[in-house]
Amino acid sequence: MATLQLREAIRAAMTEEMERDENVFLMGEEVAEYNGAYKVSQGMLDQFGPDRVIDTPIAELGFAGLGIGAAMSGLRPIIEFMTFNFSYVAFDQVVNNAPNMRYMSGGQFGCPIVFRGPNGAAGQLGATHSNSTEALYSNFPGLKVIAPSNPDDAKGLLKSAIRDDDPVVFLESEQMYGLKGEVSDESDYLLPIGKARIAREGDDVTIVAHSKSYHVTMKAAEELEKEGFSAEIIDPRTIKPLDIETIIRSVMKTNRLVVVDESSPFSSVASEVTHQVQERAFDHLDAPVLRVTPPDTPAPYAPNLMDRYMPSVEEIVRASKRVMYAAA
Amino acid sequence: MADDKSKAQTDPADALDAPSGDGAADEEAVTESAADEATEPEGPWTRQSIDIPDGPITETVEYNTYPADRFSHDELDLADDDLMPMLRNMLLQRRFEERCRQMYQRQKISGFLHLYIGQESVSTGSVYGIRLGEDSVITAYRDHGIGLAMGMDPGVCMAELFGKKDGCSRGKGGSMHFFDASKRMFGGHAIVGAHLPLGAGVAFAHKYRGEDNVCLCFFGDGAMAQGAYREALNLAGIYDLPIVFICENNQYAMGTAVDRVQAEPDLFKHGRSFDMPCSLASGMDVFSVNRAVKDHVALARDGQPSMLEIRTYRYQGHSISDPAKYRQEGELDARKSEDAIVRLEQYIVNQGVAADSEIETLDEEIKQEVLDAIEFAENSDFPDDDAIYEHVYAQEDYPFIN
Repeated sequence: MATLQLREAIRAAMTEEMERDENVFLMGEEVAEYNGAYKVSQGMLDQFGPDRVIDTPIAELGFAGLGIGAAMSGLRPIIEFMTFNFSYVAFDQVVNNAPNMRYMSGGQFGCPIVFRGPNGAAGQLGATHSNSTEALYSNFPGLKVIAPSNPDDAKGLLKSAIRDDDPVVFLESEQMYGLKGEVSDESDYLLPIGKARIAREGDDVTIVAHSKSYHVTMKAAEELEKEGFSAEIIDPRTIKPLDIETIIRSVMKTNRLVVVDESSPFSSVASEVTHQVQERAFDHLDAPVLRVTPPDTPAPYAPNLMDRYMPSVEEIVRASKRVMYAAA
Repeated sequence: MADDKSKAQTDPADALDAPSGDGAADEEAVTESAADEATEPEGPWTRQSIDIPDGPITETVEYNTYPADRFSHDELDLADDDLMPMLRNMLLQRRFEERCRQMYQRQKISGFLHLYIGQESVSTGSVYGIRLGEDSVITAYRDHGIGLAMGMDPGVCMAELFGKKDGCSRGKGGSMHFFDASKRMFGGHAIVGAHLPLGAGVAFAHKYRGEDNVCLCFFGDGAMAQGAYREALNLAGIYDLPIVFICENNQYAMGTAVDRVQAEPDLFKHGRSFDMPCSLASGMDVFSVNRAVKDHVALARDGQPSMLEIRTYRYQGHSISDPAKYRQEGELDARKSEDAIVRLEQYIVNQGVAADSEIETLDEEIKQEVLDAIEFAENSDFPDDDAIYEHVYAQEDYPFIN
């Protein structure tokens, strides 16, 4: 096992897939000469040259659409958004072209494309630069949405995403790019899309959390442990398709569920998980499902407000105790 | 096509060469430019000068034009034997769509129906300018004409309009979403302007693979007001993509006249912003279109993207429900008097290639072909209910929420 930063694991996945398949190319703002705004693509221009690692103007709609046209022609573009906040400029392309092409053409034109980049809040950047897009993009049939929490999952899932014949939104995290973790040495390491990971086993409460929220949740589990509560943590890894079976099995064991999600609460990943669990495991629930999300507000700037905004260890502990009817 | 005089004059080195009354600056510029040629290092840094020239920058630009009645078929490398198939190609579109209108009224066709009648020379002239099956075509939602012109089966097209499983898009696309991968017909796109970047991507793929095929990207005058237009042309320009951007200016974006909503209604000139050759052609003469498209395709094969505006006119409303009251009185009749199909018919007769009676026979054959297409569509089934889940994902066992 090698220890890699998240950015290195993502780079390794892209590099391996570009070595393996000449139809794969990387395109986005600052990916080539600048070596990546967050150094994810560092060195890739030198290795693959400017025909396959391609700088773009600041024109997200344009280069996202270009990628879709190339994908319809059988290439496998990796389109990097410097952050997914900027994917909103390309929204029509991501949600109305990429996922609909196969359907509208009766199966004649697929769209094997990966849109990737950092998602979610990244410190005090204000409202326009702090969007969590996973719930939004999961609302569009035809898209798949992946949001890994660690380098190993990132590598295995990104390689699978690049090989997938469907359009994939692959959500990273600016604040996690430096996160180190063990990554499999397998020569061709692929993880299945749509499979959750039981990250921590426990008996008293199930907590579902992905991406950055997963790490906050792991800390909350330690706090709960100190008070004698055993939390089971499930990292869905893929948001769409959601591995609801793994979540249901856990709920049938613990009978209690908290969902942590950095998406805004209305129509969030948390609300979808909650709905599916009540629909399929109502009789197994001993308490209402609670969710820990930001408030239904834009992301603020001031440090105290930002602390209030993000899901916190304290909120997760509090919600967990509530579903266990434990004293606060 | 625009010449390059303007580029030369705005080049910083030339700007310094302009009379400025500063002999030292001139001398320096010459020295610099000589040194540049010898030792110019490669790198991603800017080459743009921030030394602003004295006096105004003037530009002289030429745009090629392709007016009606200028070209004969032999000048276009078209044989006598090509003329009746060209006429057939145009007539099929018109007769097909006349029946579409009827079928809509009979409620065999639902949804939006945008007819191409009046614009057939654009599709036919273009298709006769490319290597069909190797070059790629992408267009907007008024797509029946180009589809048929590319040889899509009329029965399969009509079945799509009827929403049947034998339709070109399996009954999932409808009028606005015709596709035919075998002919490299990339659709059929219904969000105005959104397919222009896709066209750039299709052209990108041709280049990426080292092919010398090109992409024709058609769009209407309305699309040119979208930001996607600018982004697509800029990308094509910086990546030297083999693409021809073809604006089918039929004068109205839905009911809004082009000169009401374009600050520069000479749409072909917009391509100059991206340093592209730009031309203006008549869409009332299939030969004008054909010559223009051939010239622009030749540029594209050399890696030079370009912009071609074709002025045309749609005889019907924007969609079937539009009575087109925004037209000036007499406007439609004036345009119809220049009809491209009639023009070609007269040309064929005048050239002695075929007699009126042969053209009438051809027309009858085509009318029957369209009736056969309707029969095919009638006899085709609607998709199975389970088809709603087909072609959403390539993944066979995708776990849908039911």
